[in-house]
Amino acid sequence: MADSQQIEPLIGEQMEGAMLGPAPSGGLHQLVPDGGEVYVTSSGWRLAWREYASNRLALIALALLVLVVLFCFVGPIFYHSNQTLSNPLAQTEPPSGAHLLGTDQNGFDELGRLMLGGQSALEIGAYASLVAIVIGTLYGAIAGLVGGVLDAVLMRFVDVLLSIPFLIVVLVLATKYSGTVLDISLVLGIFSWLVPSRLVRGEVLTLRTRDFVIAAQTMGATRRRVIFRHLIPNAMSVTIVNITFLIADSILALALLGFIGFGLQFPNTSWGDMLGNAQTYVTNGQWWLVYPVGGLLVVVVLCFNIIGDALRDAVDVRLQRR
Amino acid sequence: MIGYIIRRLLTAVIVVIGVAAITFAMLHYVAPSPVYIVLGTKATHRAIEVWNRQHGYDRPEIIQFLSYLNNLIHLNFGYAYKFSQPVSALFRENAGRSAYLSGTALVLSLIIALPLGIVQAVKRNSPGDYAATAVNFTLYSMPSFFLGLILIQLLALDLGWFPPGVSDTVTSTLSAITHPRQLFLPIITLALLNVAAFSRYMRSAALDELAQDYIRLARAKGLSERGVLMRHLLRNASLSTITLVGLSVPSLLAGNLLIEILFNYPGLGLLFYNGLTNLDYNVMIAYTLLGAILTVLGNLLADITIAAADPRVRLG
Repeated sequence: MADSQQIEPLIGEQMEGAMLGPAPSGGLHQLVPDGGEVYVTSSGWRLAWREYASNRLALIALALLVLVVLFCFVGPIFYHSNQTLSNPLAQTEPPSGAHLLGTDQNGFDELGRLMLGGQSALEIGAYASLVAIVIGTLYGAIAGLVGGVLDAVLMRFVDVLLSIPFLIVVLVLATKYSGTVLDISLVLGIFSWLVPSRLVRGEVLTLRTRDFVIAAQTMGATRRRVIFRHLIPNAMSVTIVNITFLIADSILALALLGFIGFGLQFPNTSWGDMLGNAQTYVTNGQWWLVYPVGGLLVVVVLCFNIIGDALRDAVDVRLQRR
Repeated sequence: MIGYIIRRLLTAVIVVIGVAAITFAMLHYVAPSPVYIVLGTKATHRAIEVWNRQHGYDRPEIIQFLSYLNNLIHLNFGYAYKFSQPVSALFRENAGRSAYLSGTALVLSLIIALPLGIVQAVKRNSPGDYAATAVNFTLYSMPSFFLGLILIQLLALDLGWFPPGVSDTVTSTLSAITHPRQLFLPIITLALLNVAAFSRYMRSAALDELAQDYIRLARAKGLSERGVLMRHLLRNASLSTITLVGLSVPSLLAGNLLIEILFNYPGLGLLFYNGLTNLDYNVMIAYTLLGAILTVLGNLLADITIAAADPRVRLG
């Protein structure tokens, strides 16, 4: 790690301290330090990006992820395949010129199905983590800011919910709610907000004693304004790191749900559903129905995990590299 | 110390009651009554009403919950209508096999993960370390059943060394122990998944310890590198990883569930799966509760272990 890159974030920190206005709203780092030396001309986010970009593995993961997203959402424009009417005459055909990755047990083209299933898998990952992060952030911010008895009660509730194993709860709820992207996202998201709420609360506990929050409160800002204008934006780095891990976990949980048999309504599908009969395919030697979708799923989850790790390193400027 | 344990146990009891309430409410919402399992889906409205009244499913939810709690205290988990047996009998029958699967996999994974993490930390940033980290990270990002499928493909179908699933001859815990070939694949799959989780922590714990002064002292006084690693580093670094086992009960259970379904191994997980697909109310709630109780106990044990083993930890 070059020295200059370690100094910059440090200065960024001090500047933040020096910039305590009533409403620091990003993009304000134009102040020149006393030495007259203009070191920092960029915002904290840009610094974080520079730190992130210095991690080659993280850049590769990001590029791979972009490729997969393009494959799923733009791919169907170029690669046409019938994904609504099953074709009993072309069941489980091995890969050929007409079907690059063969067909599944309903005669659907497997490559086109990969794209379709990827769309729902990525959507479910995004929606579920969004639900979790919104609930978790609000819950954690309120608990942290109000403090006292309410904080204790709210956090004990989180403790109780955390001791119910996630997968079991999700499976139980999925017996009633599964079939649409929204259902599955909600089922996954409604029990994933616990960890984010703890993280945000921890962050808010340190933020609420900082001068800019006290200044805002002194000037008569309402509790709502303090939460939405000051606490949540400043706790954003924690939540953004957490979102990537949440997406990874949601996609993994989706695969497990699909394997156990709770998935989207036919003929819609997700990568999880496509792995539902994977065991039969393996014993029948139909490798093209298992390994492409499984491999793609692992790559996507792996990418999100790597990106999350790199983001955590990049955002947490206090963290010293080993 | 004893006061601390008593206090923690009391909180644990409160948490378990809270969990029971939430689980009960959730299950009641998903499947209000097991009547359809007993009478079938074509039962008349009148018959359903009568059955519900006879078995107390028409009472207010809060009364039902209290009577469920009362039964729990007397270790009565209710009746599994799909299996026509009391849940406690079913659990007693299956718990041994599940414990055997999880236990062997856990021990095996610790035997692999602890030395692996140490070697990785000592030879950090070497090609071997990178390779091990890459494999760990990939396993960590893999659905548990997918790893099982790959192993089935490789070791059972391609090479034919092991059977692809557990056969019906495994009926008791004893027969599970006496058929190691049958159980090889499930145990290895579960163990590998745990290794992926544990060796990451072991590596970073060992890295932290390596930077400590006592390691430098041990080297300075002329202790062989082997002695430093075995006598000092292994013990100190293992501690945090072993407490991690207590904290990872939920993921251990989830892995167990998936592996039992994949290999058709008759344990608690497979029982829950069968209960789930039939909406067998009492099996579902009992398994969820069991998972929660194990989680709470795991956390408790982890805290007590770390407190007992490390005198610097102050009990609050």
